[in-house]
Amino acid sequence: MDLYFSKEHEWVKISGTTATVGISDHAAHELGDITFVELPAVGKTVKQFETVAAIESVKAASDIYSPLSGKVTSINETLENAPEVVNESAEEAGWICTIEIADPTEVKNLMSKAEYDEYLKSL
Amino acid sequence: MEQLQRTPLSDVHRSMNALMAPFGGWDMPIQYEGIIAEHRACREGAALFDICHMGEFIFQGDLVADGLEDIFTFSVVTIPVGRSRYGFLLNDAGGIVDDLIIFRLADDTVMIVVNAATAPKDFAVIRERLKGGILTDITADTGKLDLQGPLSREVMTRFFGPAIGELPYFKFITTTILGVPATVSRTGYTGELGYEIFLPADKVSELWQLLLSDSRVKPAGLGARDLLRLEVGYSLYGNDLSEEITPLEAGLESFVNFGKNFVGKDALLRQKEAGPSRVKVAFKVNSRRSPRHDYTIRSCGADAGIVTSGAFSPMLGCGIGLGFVTPELAQVGTPLTVCHDKVAMECSVCTLPFYSGGSLRS
Repeated sequence: MDLYFSKEHEWVKISGTTATVGISDHAAHELGDITFVELPAVGKTVKQFETVAAIESVKAASDIYSPLSGKVTSINETLENAPEVVNESAEEAGWICTIEIADPTEVKNLMSKAEYDEYLKSL
Repeated sequence: MEQLQRTPLSDVHRSMNALMAPFGGWDMPIQYEGIIAEHRACREGAALFDICHMGEFIFQGDLVADGLEDIFTFSVVTIPVGRSRYGFLLNDAGGIVDDLIIFRLADDTVMIVVNAATAPKDFAVIRERLKGGILTDITADTGKLDLQGPLSREVMTRFFGPAIGELPYFKFITTTILGVPATVSRTGYTGELGYEIFLPADKVSELWQLLLSDSRVKPAGLGARDLLRLEVGYSLYGNDLSEEITPLEAGLESFVNFGKNFVGKDALLRQKEAGPSRVKVAFKVNSRRSPRHDYTIRSCGADAGIVTSGAFSPMLGCGIGLGFVTPELAQVGTPLTVCHDKVAMECSVCTLPFYSGGSLRS
């Protein structure tokens, strides 16, 4: 399974034609206690780096940008009443949505885990 | 930028990996473990706050002849020794210079406790209005720790004896803590049973360590403090109160005694007669979204006011906020919309406090 990260601190795991999207552990930590996640509608079409969801914490409200273009196929409904799961497990149980990938070549605009770790050090 | 002032605990907070930020000109801890966890510690157990940034002044003199009695919206001379009272320092237009608490230490002595950011201004205003007596700023030499939460009484009596446990709300005692004189007051800013402890600044670190040695006590930062005070509807100076806002507009007329003289009284009487053109409003969001300071309040598609404080309430499970609107929109049940960028939150006007289950008077 391939894992990539965006400069806006989203992650995407690719399995065949399906991408699972979330925010990085680093982003969840920076946001602090997460109190609300606005999930996208299933069936919504998004372009790479466009807003797909939104997240609010005790400190701030932020948009979540889709790391890849595609169509939303499922959402993590657990987050509607338990957004704190993103703090507890941002890169596993705290996933936001899955997307049917429109253009697999777009991964060239993303970073590997090692590249993302380097990127975090540069911030 | 002006150098931030540091409390005796600034290094201790850093060693505890606190997130630090400037507040009121001071370098203060915002959170340790996390705002929600610290909020829970205060609602369910006991939370310890470094509040050394707040200002303390001592006035000594004749409260009436030296003019202190005519400065604030409440009577100082009728506060019994050993009790404290909350109210306002106003400007001539009735705007709030600060909200504060006065402690009656003796017949001729009071301690005035003020907000950090406004302390220098407050001191100058009070001194200018006095006709005599001695006003001293003891902020730098005075430490203040707040222990708040339903278990705070048990913790205090464990360390300092049973007399503290018998203190009623808004009463204080002068006692000896760690071998030095200290003032322990049954007051706070959280809606929970709790104590504010004033003692010499050089003893603050020792008291901090002692109280945290009890496993029931958790350190809490200003983030949790802000959330706790908003849930019980307390106003925050700089957000919900300012020199442009009067106590009548802020819904705090019960802390104004019109039976006495005070600076700003004429303006307040005129406003009372005409009715304020805007008033404080409390509202709940119909989702988990958080309203925030400066978000716009709209009604029927038109701008209707501004949010002054807002947060997600862990106790209610929804967003809550305070703001200012025209009086007709402040009626309980009125639907309002809070807007920011592309987000719109549907809200409903409610009564205060948002959360009333606290241990404050237990």
